[in-house]
Amino acid sequence: MEHHSGLVLPNSGHNRDAEASKLGMWLFLFTEFLLFGGLFIVYMVYRMLNPEAFLTASYQLNVTMGAINTVVLLLSSMTIAMSITAIQLGNSKRSIQFLIFTVAASLVFLVIKYFEWSAKIHHGLFPGMDVFNQLPHGESLFFYLYFFMTGLHALHIIIGAIFIIVVIFRTKNGQLNANNYSHTENAGLYWHLVDLIWIYLFPLFYLIH
Amino acid sequence: MAATTELNFFQEKKGLFSWIFSVDHKRIALLYLYAILGFFLVGVTLGILMRLELLNPGKDLMEAKTYNQVFTMHGVIMIFLFIIPSIPAVFGNFFLPILLGTDDVSFPRLNLLSWWIYIIGALMALSTLLFGDGPADTGWTFYAPYSVRTGTNVTMSVLAAFVLGFSSILTGLNFIVTIHRLRTPGMTFFKMPLFAWALYATSWIQLLATPIIGITLMMIVAERVLGVGLFDPAIGGDPILYQHLFWIYSHPAVYIMALPAFGIISEILPTFTHRTIFGYKAIAFSSLAIAFVGYFVWGHHMFTAGMSGAARIVFSIMTFLVAIPTAIKVFNWVATLYKGSIDVQPPLLYALGFIFQFMIGGLSGLVLGALATDVHLHDTYFVVGHFHYVMFGGTGFAFFGALHYWYPKIWGRMYNKAVANVAFVIFFIGFNMLYFPMLISGLMGMPRRYYDYLPEFHLPNMISTYGSWILATGLILMLWNLIAGFFGPKPETGRNYWGGITLEWQTLSPPPLQNFDKMPEIPKGGPYDFENNY
Repeated sequence: MEHHSGLVLPNSGHNRDAEASKLGMWLFLFTEFLLFGGLFIVYMVYRMLNPEAFLTASYQLNVTMGAINTVVLLLSSMTIAMSITAIQLGNSKRSIQFLIFTVAASLVFLVIKYFEWSAKIHHGLFPGMDVFNQLPHGESLFFYLYFFMTGLHALHIIIGAIFIIVVIFRTKNGQLNANNYSHTENAGLYWHLVDLIWIYLFPLFYLIH
Repeated sequence: MAATTELNFFQEKKGLFSWIFSVDHKRIALLYLYAILGFFLVGVTLGILMRLELLNPGKDLMEAKTYNQVFTMHGVIMIFLFIIPSIPAVFGNFFLPILLGTDDVSFPRLNLLSWWIYIIGALMALSTLLFGDGPADTGWTFYAPYSVRTGTNVTMSVLAAFVLGFSSILTGLNFIVTIHRLRTPGMTFFKMPLFAWALYATSWIQLLATPIIGITLMMIVAERVLGVGLFDPAIGGDPILYQHLFWIYSHPAVYIMALPAFGIISEILPTFTHRTIFGYKAIAFSSLAIAFVGYFVWGHHMFTAGMSGAARIVFSIMTFLVAIPTAIKVFNWVATLYKGSIDVQPPLLYALGFIFQFMIGGLSGLVLGALATDVHLHDTYFVVGHFHYVMFGGTGFAFFGALHYWYPKIWGRMYNKAVANVAFVIFFIGFNMLYFPMLISGLMGMPRRYYDYLPEFHLPNMISTYGSWILATGLILMLWNLIAGFFGPKPETGRNYWGGITLEWQTLSPPPLQNFDKMPEIPKGGPYDFENNY
């Protein structure tokens, strides 16, 4: 930015401001919470209206796979936190290793999700399929919400993974380092949110019996 | 002197790309301005067509279904493309950084992205006019189950609203961070101009309410595509649930539309009364109070839709509560006029028009917020009249007031003030002729959203339609006058055309790229301390 009059404003929007960057991310996370919040409300209302149907339908989900995915995500949240500590301490290489582990975990999560979904689709339980259409209304709502909410969550996993991959490249070419790591932190914040939402989705769909 | 040779932000770079890929908040603001005014004129045209259809009972101009599509499109354009972004995206973008004494918003690139998302969303909304099975005919509220069943292009309209919401969220996010991080040293929260306070409260609503409508609209799309009974009772859904989710956003959204307008009025009044604003802190806090209480009143849109008596009473009480901070503002504005040295200029006229019309809008809102009267007035023209009084008579007038107020600052040129005054008078008369009869026909029981009506409603409808022509005349004269100001010899507008004391008047007109050519000085006794500055 050119400064013709030589005036330098103390607080410029073009300065690097790690605090602003983090504040922006936190605000964005609020909107994500509310996005899922709307779905949680719908889930709550329909669960209260159809308690038995939701119960019956929830037995169809594979608790083991869900539990493995929960562990995978918790691990990945730990590794991204470790990668932030690593870059704060100036160890970019270690930071990248932890980030790669996090991305790998996200892939594991998605693969497991893929098998879960395809098993359901194989049984015709996806909205619009034959078996789904013959389900009692409460059960079809359960599966509909299951696909909608876990699908939206998977989309967030993908976005988060892309975010982390960008951070990996920027760390590699030195743009992110011990003096400038707010993007790493933001990737971490976002990833924790994705993790946290899963922590709610898992019991809501798999565990409440 | 360095200042005189300084390039202004128009001169820094030339060419289309230097605009549409600019990260300068002032250029982005003007991009919004031109786009928003364009969409506004489309919306006005649709409105005029509707009034033309309603000139006489029976079918004059269009089929019932076309009429439904026209009022839906009018609503979608005016709400999502005009009013929601209008003041924040144009004047907030242009002046928030200047009022805070900084050179840009916190995330300049995100700001540009918001504009692009806005344009994409707008094109999506307008595309339904040309492609697919015609524009939606559901009304801008997209109420289920009709929105799930109708054959028109609801999916695209709803997706457009979703995308536009995203743009709105990002702008709000940007403003909150800007206000927290970029205030110039010495500019404490309570030295901020009230427009900044209003934007701050607005941004929080944008951030915390918009995601709900986003996800709700996504559910409508999914229901249409996948046929799952979420909201359509025929396949087991709950339409009331849709209404709740919709209004959880859309009621706070009317404060997204109104609060920035309050901020504009709080800027215009001190400048043209040459005195400090009465009750600075009361106005600042009442913005936050409105934003907060505004979350808990959504049920008043649904008094007749099927809610428990207890819920209705609570929502009604909350609605009355939200009137208190709003009234605090109005009283403070009127008190500001008292014993001020009032200088009647076009921006002040718009501000006074705002206060008058917003008062009618606000009081008619209380009539609707009361349970017993609402049962009679629900879904009548009274609601249409009320809504246009607060939104067009309120926010719309504030928008044009702001345009007249900051015109010499933004462009360093001036419009013809006498013509501006005449245009205002025509606009004001047209506005009231158009909308006041709606309050009366509503009381008489005329339902809204029909292309036809019983003969006994003929007179108010006729007056309304004549009013729409007067309003259009005033609008055209006003816009012509503003455009004419760009041509001809350039008058000397100076740094401080109106004699205001907020920071934007300390810099050049138009401002240089980094907004200030010398360090802005904060008025010691607060942003409107005229006593110590003149």
